[in-house]
Amino acid sequence: MIKIEALVKNFDKRIAVNGLNLEIEQGEIFGLLGPNGAGKTTTIRMLTMLTKPTAGEIKIDGLDIHHDVEKIKALIGIVPQHINLDQDLTVGENLELHGRLYHMSARERKSRTIELLEYVELSERINDRVQSLSGGMKRRLLIARALMHKPKILFLDEPTVALDPQVRRRLWDLIRRMHNEHITVLLTTHYIEEAENLCNRVAIMEKGKLIALDSPVNLCQRFGTYVVEWEGDMGREYNFFTTREKAAEFAGTLDTTTTIRHSNLEDVFVELTGRKVSS
Amino acid sequence: MFYDIFTVFWRDWIVLKRRLVKFLLSRMVAPMLYLVAFGWGLGRSIPVTGTGSYLDFLVPGILALNSMNISFNSVGPPLHTARIYQKSLEEYLVAPIKPLAFIIGKIAAGTLRGMLSSIIIVALAYAFGATLHINIVFIGVLMLNCIIFSAFGFLVAMLTHSYEDMGSFNTYLLLPMSFLCGTFFSLDKLPIVFKLIIEVLPLTHTSALLRAIGTGNDFSVVSILFLVFFMIILLLTCILMMKKVCK
Repeated sequence: MIKIEALVKNFDKRIAVNGLNLEIEQGEIFGLLGPNGAGKTTTIRMLTMLTKPTAGEIKIDGLDIHHDVEKIKALIGIVPQHINLDQDLTVGENLELHGRLYHMSARERKSRTIELLEYVELSERINDRVQSLSGGMKRRLLIARALMHKPKILFLDEPTVALDPQVRRRLWDLIRRMHNEHITVLLTTHYIEEAENLCNRVAIMEKGKLIALDSPVNLCQRFGTYVVEWEGDMGREYNFFTTREKAAEFAGTLDTTTTIRHSNLEDVFVELTGRKVSS
Repeated sequence: MFYDIFTVFWRDWIVLKRRLVKFLLSRMVAPMLYLVAFGWGLGRSIPVTGTGSYLDFLVPGILALNSMNISFNSVGPPLHTARIYQKSLEEYLVAPIKPLAFIIGKIAAGTLRGMLSSIIIVALAYAFGATLHINIVFIGVLMLNCIIFSAFGFLVAMLTHSYEDMGSFNTYLLLPMSFLCGTFFSLDKLPIVFKLIIEVLPLTHTSALLRAIGTGNDFSVVSILFLVFFMIILLLTCILMMKKVCK
C-alpha cells in the first residue's frame, strides 16, 4: 500500500531522513517509533505531500507522489501533531469545509458529520466555535475531520497526545475498527504501550534511519523475554533474560528490591535507542 | 476546479457573513474621516482646475486607496496567520484541489470585501453631495484594483515569516501609496523624478482612471492595460509561491 525507497530529506545541512526503506501492507496498523527528532514527522509530512523529499521514491497504492498528487490526496486522511483546525469556523463548519474540499455530496457531508461527531462525542458542540473547545476536544475533532471522506490510508502523527484515558481507549477502538475495514493506518507515537496495543508491526527510527522493524512481540523477544528491574546506583537498572529461571537466578544475587517481568516494547526501544523518550 | 474555487470562497464568505454588520460599520470610519477632513474641512479652500469641487476630485482617490487597503488586508494577514500560526493552511494543501483554485478563491473573497467597502464609500460620497458617474468600466477598474491588491496580499502572506514583516508592507508600501498615488492631489504638482516613480505604481493608474470616468472624461486605455498586465504578473507569482510553499 505504501512503498518507500531510499527516502532522503535534508533541511539545509541537517539530515532529517537518511535513506529510509519501508513497505506497508494494506490493512496494516503500522507504528513509527523513535525519540524526538528521529525523523518520524518529516517522514509523515513527505508521505502526505506537505514536504518534498530531497531524494528517493514514494508510492502510495501504486501511485507516484510526483505525478498523481490529487489522486493520492483523495485517498489519505491526516491527523497532524499540531492542531490545525480553522479557528474562525465552528465544529460543524470545519467538517463541512473538509467535505467540500474532498468533493463529497451535500447529503453525504451532513450524514457523515452527524455520525462522526457522535463517535467522538462532540455532537452538542456542533455549532460552537473551535476556539471554545478544550485541547482534547480539538484533537477529537481533528480525528473526525481526517475520517470525514473515508480515506483508505490514515496517517496519525501522535494522535493521542493530551487525550484522557477514556478517549484514548475509544480512539484505539476506532483505529482497530478501521483495521477491520481494511484501512491502512500509519501512526507515530511516543506512547510505547500504544504501539504495543495497536500495531501489527512497528519500525523504530533514530537519526533519520530505520534501526528496527518487526512485530511488537518479536521485538520484545529480541533481547530476551524476561526483564529483571532493580534500583541500582545509577537509578533504575534492568537486564534481559531468555528464561524466567535465569532471571530469578540473577535477581537472587541482588541485595535490593527487584521485579521480574515480561519484557515490553519500551525496554527494547530504550535498549535500541539508548535513551529515554520523553512523551 | 470551479467547485474548489467556490469551496475556498465559501469558507471566507461564512466568516464574513458572521461579522457582516461589524465589517460594514467599521469600513465607514476611515472614508468618513477623509470626506470630513479633506472634503469639507480643507477641501472648501482648495481650488480645483476644471469643473467640480475638490470633493468630486477626492472621492475616486478615496475609492482607490480604500479598495486597495481592504483587499490587501482581507487576504494578507488572515492567510499569514493561517500559514504560520494556526497552520490551517495545511487543510487546503493536503486536499485534492488545484493550488490555483485556492489562489482564485482567496482573491475572490478579498475582492468581494474590497467591493463591499467601495459601495459604502459611494453611498457616503453621495450623502456628502459629491457627483460621480459610475458605469461598467468604472466598476471594472475598481475590481481590477481589488484583484491586484488581494493577489498582492496573498503573495506577501506566503512570503513573510513573521507578523511584523507583514505589517511592514502596510507601513512602507501601502501607506505611502495611499497618499501619493494621485489620490489626494494631482501628480502634476510633484517633481518629475517623483512623478516617474509613482507612475509605475498600479494605484496611480486606478485613481487616474476612476477620476476620469467618474467625472465623465476620456480615460486612458493604456492605464487599463497596465493594470491588467500587473494583475497577470501578480497571479503568476502567486502560482509560483504556492508551488514553493511545500518545501
